[in-house]
Amino acid sequence: MIHSSLTQLGAALRAKKISSVELTQSYLDRIAQLNPSLNAFITLNPEMSLAQAREADTRFASGKVGALTGIPIAQKDIFCAKGWLTTCGSKMLHNFVSPYDAHVISQFNNAGAINLGKTNMDEFAMGSSNETSHYGAVKNPWDTARVPGGSSGGTAAAVAARLCAAATGTDTGGSIRQPAALCGISGLKPTYGVVSRYGMIAFASSLDQAGPMGRSAEDLALMLNVMAGFDERDSTSLQRDKEDYTRDLNKPLTGLRIGLPKEFFAEGMGADVAKAVEAALAEYKKLGAVIVDISLPNSKLSVPVYYVLAPAEASSNLSRFDGVRYGYRAPEYGDLADMYEKSRAQGFGAEVKRRIMIGTYVLSHGYYDAYYLQAQKIRRLIAQDFTEAYKQCDVIMGPTSPSTAFKLGEKGDDPVQMYLSDIYTIAVNLAGLPGMSIPCGFGANDMPVGLQIIGNYFDEARMLNVAHQFQLATDWHSRAPKL
Amino acid sequence: MSLSLADVEKVARLARLAMNDQELQAAQAQLNNIFGLIAEMQAVDTKGVEPMSHSQDLAQRLREDVVTESNQREAFQAVAPQVEQGLYLVPQVIE
Repeated sequence: MIHSSLTQLGAALRAKKISSVELTQSYLDRIAQLNPSLNAFITLNPEMSLAQAREADTRFASGKVGALTGIPIAQKDIFCAKGWLTTCGSKMLHNFVSPYDAHVISQFNNAGAINLGKTNMDEFAMGSSNETSHYGAVKNPWDTARVPGGSSGGTAAAVAARLCAAATGTDTGGSIRQPAALCGISGLKPTYGVVSRYGMIAFASSLDQAGPMGRSAEDLALMLNVMAGFDERDSTSLQRDKEDYTRDLNKPLTGLRIGLPKEFFAEGMGADVAKAVEAALAEYKKLGAVIVDISLPNSKLSVPVYYVLAPAEASSNLSRFDGVRYGYRAPEYGDLADMYEKSRAQGFGAEVKRRIMIGTYVLSHGYYDAYYLQAQKIRRLIAQDFTEAYKQCDVIMGPTSPSTAFKLGEKGDDPVQMYLSDIYTIAVNLAGLPGMSIPCGFGANDMPVGLQIIGNYFDEARMLNVAHQFQLATDWHSRAPKL
Repeated sequence: MSLSLADVEKVARLARLAMNDQELQAAQAQLNNIFGLIAEMQAVDTKGVEPMSHSQDLAQRLREDVVTESNQREAFQAVAPQVEQGLYLVPQVIE
């Protein structure tokens, strides 16, 4: 059962071959067995999960069910969920039991899905290895000496290890796609504004976007059907007609134009990653696609631009953590300023403090034009490159990450080396485009390689079609680690 | 360009982060590495390019000026570090 797709699980539940309580319990048992070595979850609450499962079972009796009713879904610990400890991977929120639900959580609750637990993540989603979590690093289920990627590393490890049916992630600079690639699963970051950010703890508001992570493109489509939609509580939520993201899954790919940015295939990519990506492209040609060479000349600037914009927005967003209304407060302090300074110094980890300081500096008097404004201008140039490229192609493909999963501690003291692991994903967030990663083979040390598929604005259904057709022709997505 | 120790100290103060000398020195080295990465951006000619703050260039949505939230003071204060009689407590700020 643990290897079943969401469609198969839904059918088994509707046919009463298994109850939601039984299914939820079987995942909870597997988590109890495997989570101690993987550390994929920060919080479990079997009582609340099973209560939701019992309620779902009564829905099956009444017949009011959807595709995800009764299915256990893990939630990244960045989403506020009423009555659940919601830490965002930080000591700052070590005692924060959310008084309300994020929009994404409400959507899953309304669909009758089960909240199976809150997954581990880099602190405030700042990291590419899950090593910045206050609750300890997550281990990659393919090799527990290696990182799962980040920041949605707990989710990626949980899905890969079959600790949940599917799960949520968020992606500010690659935080869904990079861990999906490193753990051998599928993940989709939608177009900015498609999924509401209400109740999703903010990192860099103009880039943050939630999306589904799962075992196949078909599962992602069913998840996105629940997650997407207008929400007036998020001022950047887009008012668009409701879509069925499964609608194009079965279309043939004949004549599909795949753009290959020459900049993605230049120096920096590991030979093992290149080999797997090229094999995937050969498979696409067999499926009827044609390859078009394109150029994204400004994409090389996306890492520097991102490390101005994201910290700037983060320094502003994280100013709310002051030890007054919620979260951590230092045990000893003098005056008010001292209380702020000590609470923040003790509550935030090193990477978060670094980014707050970068952001504070680039926004400070005298530097705003040189850094923040310049970065926003280059952001437009990066976005325009994509607009030009989509005149010649339907989707863009390349590697998700320059290497397979690296060892825990390997990039330890050098933030810049860590930042460069998101070199292929960041431009997509800056442009606000949808991007996904699907497994496309194995590289050095038998670790998974991810193929990145970048779509034009609102082209999620086509991207899912492109991914699904590949998954019908190959079996990389159904490989699971031996645990 | 590179940040002096005094710059880093000032930034830490603006960001309300208490840091000792050792932490400031470590931060100085790491921030200067990161600004080395960012420096690549400075040489780009962006004359006439409009800054982009958001991918969809939307206007701010407005709503009716009516109450939409209910009073949940107790629920919200249940997670506060220190409250008394419905008020958040902080060190005295006015003599």
